[in-house]
Amino acid sequence: MDCAGIISEIKKISPRFCALSSEQSYPDEVRIKTAPRDFKDACLALHKAFSSPVMMLYALDERKRENKFAVNCVFLNSKDGLWVTVKMDIPKDDPRFESLARDIHSASLFEREIWEMFGIEPKGNPDLRRLRLHDEVCPQGNYPLRKDFVKIEGGKLNDYKFNRVEGEGVFEVPVGPVHAGIIPPGHFRFSVAGEPIINLEIRLGFIHRGVEKLFEGRSCPEAVRIAASVSGDSNFAHSLAFINAAEKIMGLTLPRQALYLRAIFLELERMYNHVNDIGGMATDVGFSFPAAFASIIKEAILQLNEKLTGSRYLKGVNNIGGVSTVIEKNKKDLLLDTLEKVMADFKELDKMLSSSDSFMDRVDSAGVLRRKTAEDLGIVGLPARASGIAIDLREHFPGVYREAKFNMALRERGDVLARFRIRVSEFEGSARLIKEFLDKINPLEKSFIESKGKAGEALGYAEGWRGPVLYSVKTDASGLIERCKIVDPSFHNWQGLSYAVLENIIPDFPLCNKSFNLSYPGNDL
Amino acid sequence: MMNVLKNRMLKGVVTRHFDRDLNIQVESMGLELKELIHKKFGRSLHIREVDTGSCGACESELISANNPIYDLQRFGVSFVASPRHADALLVIGPLSKNMVIALKKTYEAMPEPKFVITLGDCALDGGIFKGSYYVKDAVKEILPVVLHIPGCPPKPLDILNALLGFLGR
Repeated sequence: MDCAGIISEIKKISPRFCALSSEQSYPDEVRIKTAPRDFKDACLALHKAFSSPVMMLYALDERKRENKFAVNCVFLNSKDGLWVTVKMDIPKDDPRFESLARDIHSASLFEREIWEMFGIEPKGNPDLRRLRLHDEVCPQGNYPLRKDFVKIEGGKLNDYKFNRVEGEGVFEVPVGPVHAGIIPPGHFRFSVAGEPIINLEIRLGFIHRGVEKLFEGRSCPEAVRIAASVSGDSNFAHSLAFINAAEKIMGLTLPRQALYLRAIFLELERMYNHVNDIGGMATDVGFSFPAAFASIIKEAILQLNEKLTGSRYLKGVNNIGGVSTVIEKNKKDLLLDTLEKVMADFKELDKMLSSSDSFMDRVDSAGVLRRKTAEDLGIVGLPARASGIAIDLREHFPGVYREAKFNMALRERGDVLARFRIRVSEFEGSARLIKEFLDKINPLEKSFIESKGKAGEALGYAEGWRGPVLYSVKTDASGLIERCKIVDPSFHNWQGLSYAVLENIIPDFPLCNKSFNLSYPGNDL
Repeated sequence: MMNVLKNRMLKGVVTRHFDRDLNIQVESMGLELKELIHKKFGRSLHIREVDTGSCGACESELISANNPIYDLQRFGVSFVASPRHADALLVIGPLSKNMVIALKKTYEAMPEPKFVITLGDCALDGGIFKGSYYVKDAVKEILPVVLHIPGCPPKPLDILNALLGFLGR
């Protein structure tokens, strides 16, 4: 589908629509510019036509050169493997736009983010509380992602207003930010009536580090290091998504070797995280033997990573222009050998858990995320697939996966068990894929090419183990980054968790939480 | 249940044949550490971990340090749920402004005598996030840090080694 096709798609639903300009800058990306009054109609039409949530909605400060702000909204056309970006300009002296949130719920958090970071007001959004700049620490009126922002300036500090549930017998259980285990910080406020949870408000942002601002003014090769530190357990997926955007801008065509190697490392990352979470679920039902067993499998994969690349968490492996590592004969043997052992152990682990009545009793029908809820919230990645929504970028944008036997794992019920099963099938699938990619690798061929900075704008993506990681990167003429917007799947999915736990009891919360295992650093940025 | 039993019997002590060299290293260093902890802390050193902005890799390595391969707990190092039970505070990650209050409160909640450890390059001076508008420069400006464990992230063996070096002083 091309620009004209997309525009006629919008016109079918919204006949008055008129595009200012449109371009297909890359084979997998279409950008359509509209007037502010047409923006909402276009977004609603694309949302409906592709049944895609808002995958990304972000602002840019272009006041210096072009005297305006801009807002971009990205949708996914999964059928044709195409990203569609709707763009509009926003005048700098009246920074407002009409909110999408009442019609498309998945736009809501993004709008709050735009308001908090740029001071551009989404008119009509019912909730404009800040997500990451906490009112107790950072006064209102600081907009860090504006270009003229220097540092946080003084003003009045406030308390955060939680949504309250009131009534006889309703009480609140506040948890966090510092939790009892070795876990990142976040605040959970449960409202319970008797035992069942009737509302959960998740307040995050405690580890906001201003990552998006750090990208600005850096060259792409330099910024890869930051991308690889956004979310420590998705280092490779994040670096891959960023690099994908940078390479598109630079117009690089990578050697096949590099693509196979990247796919192998992406799958290794998926494997160690999935087995970690399976172990975590066992811990949370108090079944410690399989939990320990799972952590041994994880350790085996981490040690394998180190032997292959020098880093247990695959940091510094991925670079613009390729991969800094080759898998030669002895490493290939090591990889195959470890995979075989790991798979044998993993089968035992699966058997131990699946044959345990007490485990199955806890996970079956706990933490249900209904398909309709998931669709409305714009849930992506693993929890979406567990609720029957078939989204997997490896299927929609196959690349080298076209040469392998890739089967999307899909479940319908949306409970903890479904998410457990998805993890099990994806773990096994990853091991299979790695073997297939290994067969195609030729260590004598080049896996790295030189690159040079260029001006441009592109969307980078990778299907990490949690779901799609998206980077939108814009560079200036000297190749330095002007704006980098990051969307970790956790940003969409945290809301899913707060719906999945409803009607469950608080002791089941850790289990539900672990079945999602969302990233705090990826969400807080 | 049968599966668990079968695994336990067939596999024996998995860690012994996981990686022999690593195991010997861990055991010898660990026993040394155990002796020091026995001498200086009674039986065990209790650590409360606080993440002030880490990407999660340091965290994952701390969790790995408690897996059956390393199992720091058998040498007397336990990670505890409450600051009230802790001898030491272990801070990881760059210090996000949002976490300053929580970090101070956690420290205040600990009983005396107490000490602070930082772990990972970011906790030293912000690391890769240094210079951000939302990251404070260093944990040591807020709390008295007596030990820093470098690395991005430090491996479980590095953590063990650093604790050993520190307690041996």
